[in-house]
Amino acid sequence: MNLYLKFFSMHLKGQMQYKFSFFLTLFGQFIGAFSSYLALYFMMTRFHKVADYTFNEVIIVFATMMFSYSIAECFMRGFDQFEKIIANGEFDRMLIRPKNIIFQIMTSKIDFSRLGKLIQAIIILAYAIPTSEIIWTADKITTLLLMIAGGTIIFSGIYIIYASLCFYTLEGLEFINIFTNGALEFGKYPISIYGKTMVKIFTYFIPYTLFQYYPFLYLVGRSQNSLYAILPIGTVFFLIPCYLLWKIGLKHYTSTGS
Amino acid sequence: MKKYLSFFNIRFVNSLQYRAAAVTGIITQFAWGIMTILLFSAFYKTDASSFPMTFNQLASYIWMQQAFLALFMTWYFDTDVLESISTGNIAYELVRPIDIYNMWFTKNYANRLAKAVLRCLPIIIVAIFLPYPYNLAPPPSLEALLLTILTIFLGTSILIALSMLVCISTFYTVNNMGVRMVFLFFAEFLSGAIIPLPFFPNNIQTFINLTPFAAIQNIPFRIYVGHITGVAMYKGLALQFIWLFISILIGRLWLKKSLKKVIVQGG
Repeated sequence: MNLYLKFFSMHLKGQMQYKFSFFLTLFGQFIGAFSSYLALYFMMTRFHKVADYTFNEVIIVFATMMFSYSIAECFMRGFDQFEKIIANGEFDRMLIRPKNIIFQIMTSKIDFSRLGKLIQAIIILAYAIPTSEIIWTADKITTLLLMIAGGTIIFSGIYIIYASLCFYTLEGLEFINIFTNGALEFGKYPISIYGKTMVKIFTYFIPYTLFQYYPFLYLVGRSQNSLYAILPIGTVFFLIPCYLLWKIGLKHYTSTGS
Repeated sequence: MKKYLSFFNIRFVNSLQYRAAAVTGIITQFAWGIMTILLFSAFYKTDASSFPMTFNQLASYIWMQQAFLALFMTWYFDTDVLESISTGNIAYELVRPIDIYNMWFTKNYANRLAKAVLRCLPIIIVAIFLPYPYNLAPPPSLEALLLTILTIFLGTSILIALSMLVCISTFYTVNNMGVRMVFLFFAEFLSGAIIPLPFFPNNIQTFINLTPFAAIQNIPFRIYVGHITGVAMYKGLALQFIWLFISILIGRLWLKKSLKKVIVQGG
């Protein structure tokens, strides 16, 4: 942990050396996220509701999704760009170091400009929390925090899967985009609006509903089942298959030789 | 003309090499298309009367968008061009007996077209056979189909001419990240790539429809699905010609001006 903090401050200082470029990228991330919000806003002003959910409810989903995604993207950047780490031989160097490999990849890149999305999420939450009809008792606050934490875990897991597949393909897979960018884009609405089949797919295949749909139902008071509130903790189990996949991929790895 | 054709050819054949990438790309776009249609269907079920077009028109619009994504992707910039400006390699290109604007233009076109050729047919074929109203419907008339094809080419040209302006700005900024991002935001959002323009609030639609961004994919797709009909189709066509003319004119003049004072250091 101590070492991680060292890397953390190293990356932070490094990126702060080019302040102008850093804030420009941060701003770029922000307006990218903003166009996604604007689309949601336009749709909601035209239709007022979607499958019975109001604007206020939807933006809570949008903000928690954006929140967790940007944290995962910032700290798991090494996995997101894993094909580059393999291609330039950096991974071979990591393998001979006496330190946990996942730790090394995580610390190889921390991209703070990705937090531009986080700023967007915080602004929207700051608007949504007081204006929503939710009474913010301790359990509701915990639910919200768990949703964010759960989302971060799921997205981190997907990045690990992505990197594990890179062992075989040696290049990036556009397909994974559906589960990262796609999840962010379509996950800004409660998953149930896409129909029951999608709820099932995104519960048993990749469990987005554990941190998005079910705890959200409890949060806005559409369900009294308090079990839903602690469901995001279950996302931890998603990391097990991710880790196994990673281990299998690692065994299969042969250097690209460059 | 011949030399630009050969530039086109080189790039085109080059991009055709990436067939594996095309396959995963097609799968991705399918999933994306299905999710988008499901999303709009949720809104349609909530309040069908606020829907600005029929649901089948929307589905057709989305499938056309996915099929021709490569032609209309706003985020694609020729990295060669950007790098040649910031590294100074542009000097080599300047000594060649070619028009640099035309060369960049054809290269960009070739890349987009090659990607689109690989991807559009599988998507179109499968989308046609999807169950109604989620399918890609045929165009309302032969006239509309011909106009769609013409406006697709014009729309792509406008997009390339606009992104050329962003490239040229690199002469002045070295790091054009900021310009690119602002451009991306407007091009992406106002062209209707995120949500089709008819879904925008009615009062700002009239204004947005006149911008060059609305002349990119908005016009061809809406002609195809039969949302723009009759004289309005030709008005759209005229708008495209106007914007294409303006953007190419500005680009050429600006490039000429920039090249006059370009200083390449060392080598």
